[in-house]
Amino acid sequence: MVIVEDKESVHAPPQRRMSLVRRETLWGLAFLSPWLFGLVVFTALPIVASLALSFTNFNILHPEDLRFVGIDNYARMWSELLNNGAVGSSLGVTARFALMSVPLMIALALGLALLLNQKLLAGKPVFRTLFFMPVQIPLVASTIVWQGFLNGSTGWLAQILHGLGLPSPDWFADPAWALQALVLMGIWGVGNMMLIFLAGLQGVPTELYEAVKVDGGGAWARFRHVTLPMISPVLFYNILISIIGVSQYFTQAYVIDPLGRGNPGGSTFFYNMNLYKEGWSYNNMGYASALAWLMMIIVVVAALVLFRTSARWVFYAGGER
Amino acid sequence: MTDNVTPAPAIEGEAKQLFEITGDGTTVAPKRAYRKRSTRARTVRYSASKLGLTMFTASMALIFLLPLLYMVLTSFKDSTQITALNAPLWPAMPEKYTAADGTAYVLYQVPMADGTTASLALEKPGRVQSTFIDPKDGSEVIWKGNWRALSSVWAFAPKWDNFSDVLKVLNFPMLLRNTLIVAVFGTIGAVGSAVIVAFGFARFRIPYKNGMFMILIMTIMLPFQVLLIPQYIAFRAMGWTGTWLPLIVPAYFANAYNVFLLRQYFLTLPRELDEAAQLDGANPLRILWSVIVPQAWPAIIAVSLFHFFFTWNDFFGPLVYLSAHPELATMTVGLQAFSATYGNANNGTLTQAGSLMAMILPVVVFFVAQRVFMRGVVISGVEK
Repeated sequence: MVIVEDKESVHAPPQRRMSLVRRETLWGLAFLSPWLFGLVVFTALPIVASLALSFTNFNILHPEDLRFVGIDNYARMWSELLNNGAVGSSLGVTARFALMSVPLMIALALGLALLLNQKLLAGKPVFRTLFFMPVQIPLVASTIVWQGFLNGSTGWLAQILHGLGLPSPDWFADPAWALQALVLMGIWGVGNMMLIFLAGLQGVPTELYEAVKVDGGGAWARFRHVTLPMISPVLFYNILISIIGVSQYFTQAYVIDPLGRGNPGGSTFFYNMNLYKEGWSYNNMGYASALAWLMMIIVVVAALVLFRTSARWVFYAGGER
Repeated sequence: MTDNVTPAPAIEGEAKQLFEITGDGTTVAPKRAYRKRSTRARTVRYSASKLGLTMFTASMALIFLLPLLYMVLTSFKDSTQITALNAPLWPAMPEKYTAADGTAYVLYQVPMADGTTASLALEKPGRVQSTFIDPKDGSEVIWKGNWRALSSVWAFAPKWDNFSDVLKVLNFPMLLRNTLIVAVFGTIGAVGSAVIVAFGFARFRIPYKNGMFMILIMTIMLPFQVLLIPQYIAFRAMGWTGTWLPLIVPAYFANAYNVFLLRQYFLTLPRELDEAAQLDGANPLRILWSVIVPQAWPAIIAVSLFHFFFTWNDFFGPLVYLSAHPELATMTVGLQAFSATYGNANNGTLTQAGSLMAMILPVVVFFVAQRVFMRGVVISGVEK
């Protein structure tokens, strides 16, 4: 009896079990379907479409004139890059901003995270909340606040500097300082990276610090040989995220100059200001697509370079990921 | 992490001297009295560095949030105070003295011949000499010097009118209503779809599931520019520009970040309850609704808040889709237009008041639910 029953349960189920697996797959796919649909409609198709559009002269007000123009858009970008036209200058502004902002933000975020990770510090949750809080302020509002704070005559920073007997630039009104003003303003966004660093620091095993102490190493040795290697994956992630962040920089520059010229003197003419101007002021959606693709290529190349070098400096404690 | 409990070398040295070396070479613990003192020295040193470090961090935080203080104080000021000489930092108005005949005179701090400073009301201003009234007895005082160099007597006076002005000019109630509509309908879709998709990723065996999950993660990092133009063209062709639909409908198709967050949470829930429900004949939809969702409220609330505040903060979407329809504008677009028009009017007091009004809700909710926000950042940054 027992054997027969067993035989039955081995024999009969193959079909039933197959159908169970299939049922599970179908249910699973049904649950994934909103995302799969969105992936196709809102991500995959637009990517392909924008690549196709970048080889056309598509103007949204005159869709009937749509023509395939080959690499004309890319040729125009190339010449604007060489003669420092809109593409060249906007890429220059964006790159200068990245070179100032990314290292500053990384250093500040890491510094704050190290500070907030000190055993000696009282009231850690309060400080963590305070340093993160500005991230939650809408960018338009925080830009307006900083515009006032950095005003050359009535702003507090200028008044503090004058009070200390120091000269103060006219920040947002001075072409030589407007970009630095935006970099300074960016420190309000430090909270995200700070929290990620903090989580990384809390994951460092304390035995490693004790090992350095046994070897007679000081605070610097602890940081250089334990902290830094152990948090390098987090550092890597933060660098990647901040590069992507800079490539999408728009709102703050637009609030500073709503006419989209990147005033004063084009010093805040970010890459996306040019893209917005071409796409939505001039309705050159074909050319704007080419601009979007150039930025995408730059970000992908930057990410690949980062990934390639990461083998040399990113240390995964758990081995291969 | 830090070796704060280790006594400083000097104390260590002292302590060693007081150890008694016994005949057989072993050390004997120092006398009790000394040990007590050493612990106390250590405690004092510990508290001192604790206080120092905390004070340092507090001053860093103060500097960091100084622009916020500037905003709050400026938004309560009268525009004349911004450019006035020797005006205090807090919102204040020059104090006035009303004479017997009903005329009001501004009070100034006037340095007197005897070295004291008196608060006098300026009656007849003059370049080399002015006539003041002493508010104490109403007598006239002639004072030689340039009255423009004198500072007013400031009295604390927050100007609430700035906010009622902003309420009118910015049309704050309309912006609030528009933003709430977009945020609420978007959040319903974002949470509903993310819960469904995350359940699929967390609980089902599906071919190529890991590959699909990788694609999901990659879309988080995709630069938005490449998607924007075709999306805009399509929404325009559908006649959706100038409506809220382009800002709401895409939320119904599961944002990758929200899915990631919810999936991580679902994976921590025990499978036994699912299986028990399955044995009772519940279908997967019922399991999701009656077993998973009730256990996952913290994550679901987190995702709702994230989407709500994403909408509150979003600028580019409303800018391009609602550009010709200021009556549909959301908070950020309205505030930006307001700042573009009135940026320098009233020396910025109104724009600061507008910013304050636009950020008050996100900031208050952040303080109430700060753990939720900060945990979301950490999960997305570290566990990926």
